[in-house]
Amino acid sequence: MTARTDWRGRGRHLALGGALSLVVVLAAAALSAWPAWQSLPPDTALLRLSFTHSGVRNCRDRTEEELAKLPPNMRNSQICDRRRAPVRVEMDVDGQTVIAADLPPSGLAGSGPSRIYRRVELPAGSYHLTLRMRDDPSVAGFTQEAAFDIDLSPAESLAVDFDATTGRFFLH
Amino acid sequence: MTALRAWVRNGFDRAERVLDRAFGPDWNPLAQLGPIGWFLFWTVAVSGIYLFIFFDTGVTQAYASIEWLTKDHWWHAGIARSLHRYASDLMVVVMFLHLAREWAMDRYRGKRWFSWLTGVFVIWFVYLSGITGYWLVWDRLAQYVAMITTELLDTLGIFAEPIARNFLSPQSLSSRFFTLMVFLHIAIPLLLLLLMWIHIQRITEARTKPPRGLAAITLGSLVAGSLILPATSQGPADLASLPQSLGIDWFLLSLYPVIESVPAGAIWAGVLVFTLLLAGLPWLPRRREGAAAEVFLDHCNGCSRCVADCPYAAITLVPRSDGLPFTHEVEVNADRCVSCGICMGSCPSSTPFRRSGPLITGIDLPDRPLAEVRAEVIEAAAALEGMPGRVMTLACAHGAAAEAAPGRVVLPCVAMAPPSLIDFIISRDLADGVAVAGCAERDCFNRFGVAWTRARFERSRDPYLRQRVPRERVLTVWAGPTETVRLQKELGSFTSRLGAMPAFAGARSLDAEETAPAETEAAK
Ligand code: HEM
Ligand code: SF4
Ligand code: SF4
Repeated sequence: MTARTDWRGRGRHLALGGALSLVVVLAAAALSAWPAWQSLPPDTALLRLSFTHSGVRNCRDRTEEELAKLPPNMRNSQICDRRRAPVRVEMDVDGQTVIAADLPPSGLAGSGPSRIYRRVELPAGSYHLTLRMRDDPSVAGFTQEAAFDIDLSPAESLAVDFDATTGRFFLH
Repeated sequence: MTALRAWVRNGFDRAERVLDRAFGPDWNPLAQLGPIGWFLFWTVAVSGIYLFIFFDTGVTQAYASIEWLTKDHWWHAGIARSLHRYASDLMVVVMFLHLAREWAMDRYRGKRWFSWLTGVFVIWFVYLSGITGYWLVWDRLAQYVAMITTELLDTLGIFAEPIARNFLSPQSLSSRFFTLMVFLHIAIPLLLLLLMWIHIQRITEARTKPPRGLAAITLGSLVAGSLILPATSQGPADLASLPQSLGIDWFLLSLYPVIESVPAGAIWAGVLVFTLLLAGLPWLPRRREGAAAEVFLDHCNGCSRCVADCPYAAITLVPRSDGLPFTHEVEVNADRCVSCGICMGSCPSSTPFRRSGPLITGIDLPDRPLAEVRAEVIEAAAALEGMPGRVMTLACAHGAAAEAAPGRVVLPCVAMAPPSLIDFIISRDLADGVAVAGCAERDCFNRFGVAWTRARFERSRDPYLRQRVPRERVLTVWAGPTETVRLQKELGSFTSRLGAMPAFAGARSLDAEETAPAETEAAK
């Protein structure tokens, strides 16, 4: 159905159509990077608290009778829930609590680790951070605590993380 | 809704008339949005493959490799980069214009729902292709896109560990994640191509290539634009700090400022509601179309002209079933037939010349059979009697002559009128001349109405307009809905021309037998 292109007498269309198309392309090119979007206000820094950590499981000792009923190779002295305990975490900036959360375990059965990813935008400057965490509800108070003195420059991005193997909060 | 649609449609028509003058009707970009979309896709694909030769797929080297091709090799790879970006941007523009135009022309409802629904999925794949593309540059913008995207995805709670953790700090950056993006930026555009192909499956000979001149103009202006305003990066990504002010691609990334500004729940709900509403539009409300075309085997010889002429691939040629001495017959797929009547106009059995008996053709519209059209023509002739220069207008329901008027018969499409009907009107002295008034020539509501009518009159496509029909008594007017003034002017001067001519010597009046009310197949 496509007829042969007859270019004769189409100079006007090539020129006019080409000029119009060029305007459209240039407009598109301009809008592909302009106007700018201010994502983070000037003189602001970003602090992010993020980690994954597993709360403890609720366990109890098996009685003698229970143990006797089990095959010898399955005689674990403890019996545990599949569900993990929620992890309590709190973060203060200069004595003011900015994050305080009970992080539920993940997974359908609640057997996975608790997770957090929170952003806190702060004006650039120096701050005192304190962190508290409790991964075992049977403990009164907190299981892990940490404090940091930080100095945030504008646009800086700082992450507060938790290393489960050492059991310590750290910055990166 | 109808008032809004008419307003938008007239807006398109006016803008298209301007572009008709700049580009010529056959190269009018607004009438070629689908084909341009395909052309842009291929431009993006070819430039992307070329860029991939120079691109380093490691997260630490990606940025440097793109800087190198942008600066050191601007004259080939740099241009490819700009082409890749700007053609993608234009694809978004073209896509939404095309969507708006199909909506305004009411070509998305009823039996045409398929192209619309598949088009909705195309939208998301265009966006996903663009977003994964911006990720690969691994500059400040890429870092921003990565952070906002992963934070949004994490609100779904489907990942074992928040994926935004991959972008916490320089230490957490993983090249595995980057490799996944490289893979997605190839896989998603391939799926897009598949979707675009599905999108046109219910359209006969879909135009996936713009006319050469328009393709040349598009590519030429893209290359020129790439030289004038080359695409650049925005500084290397650095996870130890955040981009504060960013140049955003407002075509592909305009949702990102919104994602930052409203709660994630609202974003997901918005995306879902937008998609469902858009996808449901063909049924809100459904368009009421006439019954599908019907085949009358006694009058069909299996010539397959209707198969070739149907714009929506609704007719198929199948082996003969009734024992008549022909190899084939045709079958109509009622789910695809939009009742345009073009098939009736193309059937060699469709002739209004009749001695007696019922007027039946090979393929006909149950709601507007040939016999009825013939009766309407005879009735319209009565309204013209006594006027100097009687013009019978055969109009389509979508152009400038869509309104009822004395001496006018409005059909779903002008190509529904078999050429023999024009012969009939003139040779039986029903009028001094016939004006065929269809859609603007740049694009026909039923896709092929203008093209087939022209080809039949030029005697290059069956069924031909017979040689004996005096061409000076036939006028074609291709005019969109806002061109009523031009239509009236052309009809007016045609009337005066005909009035100045002596009566057509080859004409004779209808005899009694011919005027007897025709029995339709349905009435039998
Ligand atoms: C860049 C993406 C797209 C491309 C490349 C594209 C391409 C095409 C092409 C080539 C045609 C056939 C035109 C013809 O030959 O007459 C077509 C028809 C159509 N498209 Fe698209 N399309 C795109 C996106 C969309 C979207 C997003 C929608 C709406 C949601 C849409 C709705 C339609 C409709 C309703 C038709 C049928 C028109 C008719 O019935 O005549 N398209 N498209
Ligand atoms: S009326 Fe005929 S040409 Fe038109 S869509 Fe139906 S079958 Fe195809
Ligand atoms: S155009 Fe008419 S005769 Fe030819 S295949 Fe179609 S219905 Fe049959």
